[in-house]
Amino acid sequence: MNEPGLTDIWVYLSASPLLGLTMTLVAYGLAYRVYLRSNSNPLANPVVTSVAMLIAALLVTGTSYSDYFEGGQFVHFLLGPATVALAVPLYQQFARLRQLWLPITLALVCGVVIAAGSSIGLARLLGGSLEIQMSLAPKSATAPVAMGISEKIGGLPSLTAVLVVVTGITGAVLGTKLFEWIGVKDDTAKGIAMGVAAHGIGTARAFQVSPRMGAFSGLAMALSAFATALVVPWLVDMMLLMAGG
Amino acid sequence: MNFLNGITLLLVYQLVGEVAVRLAGLPIPGPVLGMVLLFLTLLVRGRAPASVDQAASALLSHLSLLFVPAGVGMMVHFGRIADEWLPITLALLLSTVITMVATALIMQVTSRWFARPLESGGQGDE
Repeated sequence: MNEPGLTDIWVYLSASPLLGLTMTLVAYGLAYRVYLRSNSNPLANPVVTSVAMLIAALLVTGTSYSDYFEGGQFVHFLLGPATVALAVPLYQQFARLRQLWLPITLALVCGVVIAAGSSIGLARLLGGSLEIQMSLAPKSATAPVAMGISEKIGGLPSLTAVLVVVTGITGAVLGTKLFEWIGVKDDTAKGIAMGVAAHGIGTARAFQVSPRMGAFSGLAMALSAFATALVVPWLVDMMLLMAGG
Repeated sequence: MNFLNGITLLLVYQLVGEVAVRLAGLPIPGPVLGMVLLFLTLLVRGRAPASVDQAASALLSHLSLLFVPAGVGMMVHFGRIADEWLPITLALLLSTVITMVATALIMQVTSRWFARPLESGGQGDE
């Protein structure tokens, strides 16, 4: 006799991954339309808009993040194959890569050390706890790498994932203006800087500027993931040793 | 079918990467090793098959979508972020700007040093 009420439907939906996945795609679709409507203004970055919409929707409906992530994980999972896919644009830029391997290596190593060193140093200077400093340290590397490193050096991996996304957005929003101000015009140099500082979100932005900037940003993101994994744990030990002694 | 083949190949490389990283105890994540292996394969083969090309551009054209679920995770950390908002926001913002400016400038200066002699057929004297 009981008709299925709205509550029953909600109970069913909130326990299934369908809702979280659909919400993610709908929110991104809307956010992307806003972004196009704004003439690709970096301030209307689709990640910012869709994350804000989703958080608002989850808070209003009282849905927990872990329930949402039941569906969100399917999108999150694609970060893995997307990282592998970066080999393709990289291969297409191989001629340029071979010509510029030395400057790229130098810029990458310096960039990775500066990214981690400056975030630890600044956070400490501003009174951040050790946990915050360690969660910030790998923030310029792509999400799965950064989370692994954060765990290793005593940060909070899930907080690091958030800081990684915010860092990427910051880089994507400010990048093109910054390069204009400091007078860097070459798409290769801009791409490398974008990939080192702002990983995949910066790379997504770089692909909108030019295929070459995107390819080099992807290259820098991939190589700096390597470099961050190798350099940051060691750098942290050094900095802690110096601070302690 | 082409697209399916491409996606399958990307997943196979990721899987090989994950397994190899765990077997060898490497400090890098599996997908990054998978990317390196795919890059080497493309170099050896001398071209990117259409299927891989198609799957890669489909994934990369909406790369920023893939970061959305992790970004929503911010709601779990609202308390933590509110407690230490000043060091978090300022360190993140300044460090990102410093990194980007420094890397771009280093890249610009060093590629002038190293690339010009190559491009102009060895005439550079730096």
